[in-house]
Amino acid sequence: MSAVSSNSFARSNTAVGLFFMLPAAAFLLCFLTYPLGLGVWLGFTDAKIGRDGIFIGIENYQALARDSVFWMAVYNTVLYTFIASVLKFGFGLWLALILNEHLPFKSFFRAIILLPWVVPTVLSALAFWWIYDAQFSILSWSLMQIGWIDGPINFLGDPNNARASVIAANVWRGIPFVAISLLAGLQTIPQSLHEAASLDGATGWQRFRFITLPMLTPIIAVVMTFSVLFTFTDFQLIYVLTKGGPVNATHLMATLSFQRGIPGGQLGEGAAIAVAMIPFLLASILFSFFGLQRRKWQQGGQD
Amino acid sequence: MTINRRHLLGASAGLVAAAGLNRFGLSPAFAQGAAPAYKPEEGASLRLLRWVPFVPAEEAAWLANTKKFTEATGVEVRIDKESWEDVRPKAAVAANVGSGPDMVMSWFDDPHQYPDKLVDLTELGEYLGGAHGGWYAGLEGYAKRDGKFIALPLCAIGNAVIYRESHMKAAGFSEFPKDTAGFLELCKALQAKGTPAGFPHGKAVGDGNNYAHWLLWSHGGKMVDESGKVTINSPETLASVKYAQELYKTFIPGTESWQDVNNNRAFLARQVSLTANGVSAYYTALKDPGMKDIADDMRSTNLPIGPVGQSVELHQASTLSIFKHTKYPEAAKAYLQFMYQADSMNAWIEGASAYCCQPLKEFAANPVWKSNPIHAAYAKASDTLRPNGYAGPLGTASAGVMADYVLVDMYATAVTGQMTAEEAIAQAEKRANRYYNV
Repeated sequence: MSAVSSNSFARSNTAVGLFFMLPAAAFLLCFLTYPLGLGVWLGFTDAKIGRDGIFIGIENYQALARDSVFWMAVYNTVLYTFIASVLKFGFGLWLALILNEHLPFKSFFRAIILLPWVVPTVLSALAFWWIYDAQFSILSWSLMQIGWIDGPINFLGDPNNARASVIAANVWRGIPFVAISLLAGLQTIPQSLHEAASLDGATGWQRFRFITLPMLTPIIAVVMTFSVLFTFTDFQLIYVLTKGGPVNATHLMATLSFQRGIPGGQLGEGAAIAVAMIPFLLASILFSFFGLQRRKWQQGGQD
Repeated sequence: MTINRRHLLGASAGLVAAAGLNRFGLSPAFAQGAAPAYKPEEGASLRLLRWVPFVPAEEAAWLANTKKFTEATGVEVRIDKESWEDVRPKAAVAANVGSGPDMVMSWFDDPHQYPDKLVDLTELGEYLGGAHGGWYAGLEGYAKRDGKFIALPLCAIGNAVIYRESHMKAAGFSEFPKDTAGFLELCKALQAKGTPAGFPHGKAVGDGNNYAHWLLWSHGGKMVDESGKVTINSPETLASVKYAQELYKTFIPGTESWQDVNNNRAFLARQVSLTANGVSAYYTALKDPGMKDIADDMRSTNLPIGPVGQSVELHQASTLSIFKHTKYPEAAKAYLQFMYQADSMNAWIEGASAYCCQPLKEFAANPVWKSNPIHAAYAKASDTLRPNGYAGPLGTASAGVMADYVLVDMYATAVTGQMTAEEAIAQAEKRANRYYNV
């Protein structure tokens, strides 16, 4: 039967395919599935640094549920991610639109825009640390010189000031990524669409609303997914600026997880906090996939 | 692996034999007099993980001692440095996976987090204690577990009040108050003169914990009792929180965001006239010609005595331990023994210029303490030191409570008015119970 030979050929082709996929699969298994699985497992144990844990079920999570510091960290993380992402998106889009126009020294501006992103986070965080210093803040000093305020602003000491300060630092650092990515997206929009719209008498706002924005949505979805993920898992900025203080007002889940897991030695609980981040991250990914990328026009229909 | 295990068994058998000999065969006087002789294994080499030195001359002295050891025994010792906050996780991982450095110079209760991964140093510890006037009790507490040395106490990094004498006099005080009540008056007067005090209420690993523990202990409060039961919710603690609230009102604004470097920075920038720190602040001022007037005007003293009636402080404590996974336990012990010889230890303490306070009482005679009046307050560090998690057992719970800033947060929430004193204490009690009630 000829079907058999073609079948076995197909089968052997599949086998070769599988064979070639092996390295990638092994790589993913070793470096992605295993650490993630281990993290989830540790969350169910009372492992300490230097001592293997035993399975304790959801005890870590029960303890966290009653822990006001943990809930504070959850609140901070959601607030931090939400505000910082919205601001980064707003400023980033605005900057991308400007850079997409015909400016003098366009390439120069596009290059320096990337600077905050290029500087290692720890270094920029240290710079912000000085900017926000309780005694030596350049901002406080300048405002005092102008005579607008009498004493230094308590940037990192007051809970809400501290939250605003770390968000501002994060936004400063995150804008370039959003701006440059959106700029790349803007340049894929055919100029002819804008020309056609202009001929039809569309205003600048109408062209933005009905051409630029819809054409940009897929890029926005991807960029904002990444931006949200980066922001949600931010660690360095907080660790340098406040270490989570004042009194845990800026503790994010990532910093709390580290504080309890590594210096505190409570690996199991640290892992549980890290695992508790997964639902939030999954939700944001799913939102981006189903909320932003499933528009009708993307499937060939009308919006 | 098999070789490792055989070595290890051999080493522990030797120790058991040695302990047996000590108990039955040798008189204490003889045991005290005779230095244990450790013969480094053939071809041995060692790795020590230590914290990044705060004072360059301290490192120079340590390296010089190490070089002498290498010349005397032929054992190479490699010294790896990690920033002081990173030593804990690195050492814990080394202990956990059973490879990496042979010895570690670690902080606080670290040895108690993995005591079964450490070589028993009882023989060496008891010999050194007997030979050099005895260990200081607080430091010994960090190194001993169930009556056995799992580490050797190395030093206390002294914490002391530093202040501007002219500002104190201007505030109407001819000498520094000895008790907490007088101290509050001084801080009030300093604030009235526009030269306030400041102590960190932020996440300052060293200075923040020093201050918080002094507040608690000077008023007789304690985190746990001897059995490890959380006893933070007590009238003594309440008194200490109330005291901290009063003191906080006299501080320069912004201390709740202070991390470890902020207090010395503010002091050297003439923003505060009184804070507590290691001796490093003085040396920074001394080296900078622009701060000569600060260095000349600067005085040091111990934190005042509270209702508890004695001087008690946390300080920073460091110990040296040997991991069981080392292939050369004898060489490692020989190295430690060498470093604690009077010559080596004295040279090292001198090099540290009052930053590191001696673990053994004999070395209190080191000339460094008399060389500069500013050093005097730091000389008492080992004596006033009380282990973390007093009065309970050391271990993961005590380390976790400190790493989670339970005490620092308790004072910070109360002084900033985010919670009442009672609420802050209740929250600290709840958080501490998470660690102690496992």
